[in-house]
Amino acid sequence: MVNCKDCLKDLSEYLEGCLDDELRRELQAHLNGCHHCKVIFDTTRKTVELYCDGRVFPLPDNVRLRLHSALRRRWEKKRA
Amino acid sequence: MASVNTRGTGKAEAALLAEARAGKYEAFEELVNRYERKIYRLALNLTGNPEDAEDVLQETFLKAFEHLPEFREDSRFYTWIVRIAINEGLMKLRRRRASKEVAAEDATGDDGEVLPREFSDWRPNPEQIYARKELQEILQNAARALPVTFRTVFILRDIEGLSTEATAEALGLSSGAVKARLFRARLRLREELSQVFKRG
Repeated sequence: MVNCKDCLKDLSEYLEGCLDDELRRELQAHLNGCHHCKVIFDTTRKTVELYCDGRVFPLPDNVRLRLHSALRRRWEKKRA
Repeated sequence: MASVNTRGTGKAEAALLAEARAGKYEAFEELVNRYERKIYRLALNLTGNPEDAEDVLQETFLKAFEHLPEFREDSRFYTWIVRIAINEGLMKLRRRRASKEVAAEDATGDDGEVLPREFSDWRPNPEQIYARKELQEILQNAARALPVTFRTVFILRDIEGLSTEATAEALGLSSGAVKARLFRARLRLREELSQVFKRG
């Protein structure tokens, strides 16, 4: 039987889909009956999703243009 | 201002690297186009500051350009530039600490046990509730509250999608240390964000 401490220990592997089927089923059964663990798992997953959302951290056009200008200047200097 | 080629050619990376080494600027520019957004996001999350992030972005690709002949193709080009970006970002943070612009809160990680304290569920879809800039600020503040050793592992594993082994190699850590720090980083970020996103 999986308890809350075991559940937390396997959090990372569970989120990454690395747990074997039997352990994953046991953990899922615990989550279905434990509100605290379910909240921890759901909000940790959401945390990772938010940081991976490319729309939240776009590259501004002016920053991009300055980068490419700097690179081209360096290339032209090297070629000269 | 120079025009920027934004057309993706879909050419294989090895071919682009060979052409860039032979002096074809457009090939190098294509490599930059592929990864500039990811490197900027990495730099922004690591330094927590748009000006520093731009410096890190520029320095990363300028160094990659200068040292391209030394790049060994037994590792991925992206993993190589990520290592450069992490080093540049950490140097920025050290300089800022030295000039006392930031507290020396995060020079080292701590390996103490992380116990969740916040059990409230979140309001659904924070990305729809907050404006993009506001959400960006919330996420950056939470990342800044992490020790830098945890932050770098979280950025490489969860944001940039590097494997445990590639992250360990990039940071000079064991795989076990990467796993332990990632676990703590995720939980601590969750605790920070819960203060903002929780219901009620």
